[in-house]
Amino acid sequence: MDRIYLDNAATTPVDKRVLEAMLPYYSDVFGNPSSLYSYGQEAKKAIEEAREKVAKALGADSDEIYFTSGGSESDNWALKGVAYALKDKGNHIITTEIEHHAVLNTCRYLEKEGFKVTYLPVDEYGLVKPEDLKKAITDKTILVSIMFANNEIGTIEPIEELVKIAHEKNVYFHTDAVQAVGNVPIDVKKLDVDLLSLSAHKIYGPKGVGALYIKKGVKIHSLIQGGTQERNRRAGTENVPGIVGLGEAMELITKNLDSHINKLTFLRDKLINGILEKIPYARLNGHPTKRLPGNVNVSFEFIDGESLILNLDMAGICASSGSACTSGSLEPSHVLLAIGHSKELARGSLRLTIGKDNTEEDIDKVLEVLPQIIKRLRSISQIV
Amino acid sequence: MEVYLDNSATTKVRKEVIDKMLEVLEEEYGNPSSLHRKGYQAEKLLKEARENVTCLIGGRPEGIIFTSGGTESNNLALIGVAESLKKKGNHIISSTIEHPSILNVLKFLEENGFEVTYLEVDKKGRVHPEDVKSAINDKTILISIMAVNNEIGTIEPIGEIGTIAREKGILFHVDAVQAAGKVEVDVKKQKLDMVSLSAHKIHGPKGVGALYLSEEVRIRPIIFGGGQEKNIRSGTENMPGIVGFGVASRLAKESLEEVSQKLMGLKKRLWEGISSEIKDVHLNGPEVEEGAPHILNVSFRGVRGEVLLHALEEEGIYVSTGSACSSKKRGGSHVLKAIGLKGDLLEGAIRFSLGIFNTEEDIDYTVDILKKKVDFLRRFKRR
Ligand SMILES: Cc1ncc(COP(=O)(O)O)c(C=O)c1O
Ligand SMILES: Cc1ncc(COP(=O)(O)O)c(C=O)c1O
Repeated sequence: MDRIYLDNAATTPVDKRVLEAMLPYYSDVFGNPSSLYSYGQEAKKAIEEAREKVAKALGADSDEIYFTSGGSESDNWALKGVAYALKDKGNHIITTEIEHHAVLNTCRYLEKEGFKVTYLPVDEYGLVKPEDLKKAITDKTILVSIMFANNEIGTIEPIEELVKIAHEKNVYFHTDAVQAVGNVPIDVKKLDVDLLSLSAHKIYGPKGVGALYIKKGVKIHSLIQGGTQERNRRAGTENVPGIVGLGEAMELITKNLDSHINKLTFLRDKLINGILEKIPYARLNGHPTKRLPGNVNVSFEFIDGESLILNLDMAGICASSGSACTSGSLEPSHVLLAIGHSKELARGSLRLTIGKDNTEEDIDKVLEVLPQIIKRLRSISQIV
Repeated sequence: MEVYLDNSATTKVRKEVIDKMLEVLEEEYGNPSSLHRKGYQAEKLLKEARENVTCLIGGRPEGIIFTSGGTESNNLALIGVAESLKKKGNHIISSTIEHPSILNVLKFLEENGFEVTYLEVDKKGRVHPEDVKSAINDKTILISIMAVNNEIGTIEPIGEIGTIAREKGILFHVDAVQAAGKVEVDVKKQKLDMVSLSAHKIHGPKGVGALYLSEEVRIRPIIFGGGQEKNIRSGTENMPGIVGFGVASRLAKESLEEVSQKLMGLKKRLWEGISSEIKDVHLNGPEVEEGAPHILNVSFRGVRGEVLLHALEEEGIYVSTGSACSSKKRGGSHVLKAIGLKGDLLEGAIRFSLGIFNTEEDIDYTVDILKKKVDFLRRFKRR
């Protein structure tokens, strides 16, 4: 049975072309980029080419791109790095209730270290209200961190407007764009963000590599110290094949971004409309249009999300109940609670995230199987 | 002919490792945290890799925390323990010849209120266990000493230091990045609480490593988030890297004795060749047979290391002047200075580091070329 993979927000398969670009750097060009001889210099060159590709895809300069081990490290670095670099200026950070745990848990840690954090609420669609941000900024605020697009409900935040508000008060703006990159056009210069996190494995690149965009002149401390790699800002022997893979993935995804977005949006809307038509007591989570092109998130009353995932899995469909990280835990999603769901309804949610390899047949199959499963589960449901 | 003699900087990934990684990259792309089958399969691979890495150093598989490499492991060990034990004390003991990923973190901790004793080493690069003992005070919370030095190959007496640390109830961290797969590292026997490892030094991929933690260790993360790796290291797992690291570890363990014998044989051949063919050479660090089997550091009087490096490169021989990370820094290696090298011995040092793919032919070729190049450069200099 061919499995239908609809969990592309958790992680994506590696594109064949990306893999091919990576392969030579395991065995042929395996030198250490810090080595002085040509072997190492070839690896170094590959890293710099990847840096240029990532920069170009974001509209950045290549010396504003720093490679990391993934989205989580980039988020941690951005928050802790700025917090410590600016601690003499202030101790207040603003974020939202619906961030990824890489941001939320770093904020929790910073609170223990004496920083004050404001968690902005969101509306029923998951949107941050710009007025809320305006009101929250004080003369102690040193950083605003708001995600570009939410990983669970797909809501795309009004980043450009939010950045303007932060900058009016001379406060740095970081955005976690792990889900947005490759799904939304992004130009860091136009947006004017100061820091931006991204991760390769969400855009058909390998796991374990990501990047942090740091605008020239932004003050930030290092998170990982040691050798002089990444212009002395991120120590550790570089993950050369991973970095090459990230560069390739960024180039590929941005090259055909419009048609990628169109394709996913079409499949998404077909899936959303089909579900809402065929299944009673179902509601869409997130915004109907300001949402990631591949994101479908629906709550079903009288359903336990976890059994739904397992039943779909038996039917050959890979889906998720929330983000991958929280899907193992029994706690209902903090994002769904933030948009006003009860715990029961939050537990009955399903996330289907479409990727570039999905087809219309995949969607048709889900629309055939899902209503049957829901019906069966409801008939045996113990939640009344 | 190409002869790669810089295996301490990094190694070529083994075919068996690449094959398994490819399987993960092509087919098993699931996220181990996902509840569906793809996720479950990934989780199984992760568990298997953890067991494979454990076999390299003994101990419990649950003690392995995967990281992005040796540098992150060292950062996590030092900062993580310093932060979690700062109520107990603020004193850390280490040595002057550690890797920059230890030394620079210690400097950072000093700026944040910790006190660090950097133990001196002897001419051979050895830390003396008695020195460790006398440096301990009632504020000491951590001892961090490397198992094998990456520039000169000194094998530190970690078993003896482990015994001292355990007696005093102080946590002992060992940077075993250069030791793993070459000399014995056994967390039980040597009483190690924390061990840093890196895959790319044992024919695994770059960008993945591990920190081993014994049950007693309480540590504060440096990367927070989704709670992976028992909440100690968040972030979607580098699955191909981790699986590759697992295979590389198992292979390294299985061939440990054979490999260390082979490398020691090659190292002796190299030193015998150099010392009999070339005048005015100086062995830096331990006696050949006392050091790690893969590292030989030699100074060629009157010849600058960097010049010789490039001269050798012209003939397809790849070596280094110090560690890869510090290779661009001026002022000479902190390790060579710590063992008392000065002047042209300091400037004329070359590190040869051997690997499993090297042959006797490689060594003979290298000695041959070295003789010619050193002769030439010395003559050139005198003129
Ligand atoms: C919005 C968001 N931020 C951060 C991350 C973490 O990225 P990584 O898995 O590369 O650590 C993820 C994915 O898990 C995400 O969806
Ligand atoms: C002794 C030692 N510790 C730590 C490291 C750092 O490991 P990595 O390159 O994986 O960051 C190295 C190698 O560079 C090393 O030789």
